[in-house]
Amino acid sequence: METGRPDKPDHGEHEGRPKSEQSDAAPERSDARAVIEAHDLGVTFTADSQTTVALTGVTLSVHQGEFVSLIGPSGCGKTTLLRLIADLEQASTGTLVVNGLTPEEARKRRAYGYVFQAPALYPWRNVARNVMLPLEVMGLPRAERQARAARVLNLVGLSEFRGRFPWQLSGGMQQRVSIARALSFEPTLLLMDEPFGALDEITRDGLTLHLHELWRRTSLTAMFVTHSVLEAVFLSTRIVVMSSRPGRVVSVIDSDLPRERDLDVRETPEFLALAHAVRAALREGHGDV
Amino acid sequence: MAMFERSRALPLLCVVALLIVLWFGAALAMNWDQAQALADDDAGWTDVATAALSLDRPLLPTPDQVASEMFRSVFDYPANSPRSLLFHAGVTAWAAVLGFAIAVVVGMVLAIGIVHVRTLDRALMPWLIASQAVPVLAIAPMVVVVLGSIGQTGVVPKALIAGWLSFFPIVTGMVKGLRSSDPMRRDLMRTYSATDAQVFAKLRWPDSMAFLFPAMKVAAPLALVGAIVAELPTGAQAGLGARLLTGSYYGQTPQIWAALFMAAILAMLAVATVDGAQALLVRSRGGRL
Repeated sequence: METGRPDKPDHGEHEGRPKSEQSDAAPERSDARAVIEAHDLGVTFTADSQTTVALTGVTLSVHQGEFVSLIGPSGCGKTTLLRLIADLEQASTGTLVVNGLTPEEARKRRAYGYVFQAPALYPWRNVARNVMLPLEVMGLPRAERQARAARVLNLVGLSEFRGRFPWQLSGGMQQRVSIARALSFEPTLLLMDEPFGALDEITRDGLTLHLHELWRRTSLTAMFVTHSVLEAVFLSTRIVVMSSRPGRVVSVIDSDLPRERDLDVRETPEFLALAHAVRAALREGHGDV
Repeated sequence: MAMFERSRALPLLCVVALLIVLWFGAALAMNWDQAQALADDDAGWTDVATAALSLDRPLLPTPDQVASEMFRSVFDYPANSPRSLLFHAGVTAWAAVLGFAIAVVVGMVLAIGIVHVRTLDRALMPWLIASQAVPVLAIAPMVVVVLGSIGQTGVVPKALIAGWLSFFPIVTGMVKGLRSSDPMRRDLMRTYSATDAQVFAKLRWPDSMAFLFPAMKVAAPLALVGAIVAELPTGAQAGLGARLLTGSYYGQTPQIWAALFMAAILAMLAVATVDGAQALLVRSRGGRL
């Protein structure tokens, strides 16, 4: 039940390592350093003397500048994996290295920005002050805070809304503020947990494109949890497909789409082939439980 | 808008009119025997009724008697004269305000302790509940006498009793408020590796305001009751409690009722002040508490 399930070697990709050695041949990642290295990671929750294996045998490495999506059915542990990296949850087994540090050290050095499913803005703060919240916690001087807030708000295209309060914004705008907030202290790693899950499809498309451009223009490494195959394929350089009960990695699919993309890429055969591969892996993960 | 206002004013006026009619009826019934005893033998029932509604020391004064007593005691004497109702209201209000301030400060300190120190959470709450089970109204005379014997007279014992009677809603409201923070916003602070003090100042405290203000609205009239009760036992020279006491000594029922109405007005002013403070906070938060 734990590691070494007999069917695991069948999808060699799940180990991550052989696959990444293989794809290390790709020029853009060959010399990039690993931002996240997980080896045989597992999480077990115990509640009311009932044990739930939330995550088991996850081995994965993410390199700088990558955009990695985690996709899978509900309860497959993709959010748990993200929370492990963020040190919001503790691993029961295995090792995890973030930026060459333990997750706790990485968190204390503010290595990553985290975007939650909901915008989680502070309703009593206006947009600019929400974005400045992490900077206040870091103790940056006022002028620096304002300069950085102005820059990231410009980045997400919300400069003219800096004085508004969260309830005066649409859901999509609120989530953009929350992305700006996560970027304000200039992390090298952006962790996003279904940030567009609660939004309508048109808003989602816009934000997906926006996020892609943001990532392309910076040297950010991104981990993105999603339910949506199209979103994952459009945004990612690599797609990690997970399955539930217990949560584990079924397959890691490399994307050969160009780094620069627009929404039209979704009509190309390469895109459709990738989407098909992801769906097949999802079905496979679902079927063998 | 005008329609709305009219539709609200009309039922209110109907209720007031009904109450006044009932009050006159009750005054007539309660004062009848006394009026009949004083009347000439050949007096008709209209004469008795007229007398019943204008006795010097009625069992139940009529609304117009109370109104004229209030008018006289407010406007016929300078505000610093012991014969002025405003003077007595001021004395009581001052004690209530001090007691309320004590309640807010003590309540907040206790709540912060309960929320942050596990032992206090378990050790303190039973005692706080026990403190509210003590019939303060009954032991207030003892408290005043005991404090008087150690030289604490005047406003101090009154403020202490007012504080005792009103701090509990503040504690429970603040404890609930300080714990009300959304888990996602708390996780967010963790990703910033914020200190406990920062989490308190930037998240818990602002979150608690939505609970503090309703608690203060409950506590403010209680502080007023505490101050009045504390004025009763020692035959205090001044204050609404003293007016109640002298009124009942000398059968001056209009004076008692005038003092009661003044207490009601003070309570409304107190609640309105809390509402005003809340409105200021809401405005600084862009329209939401």
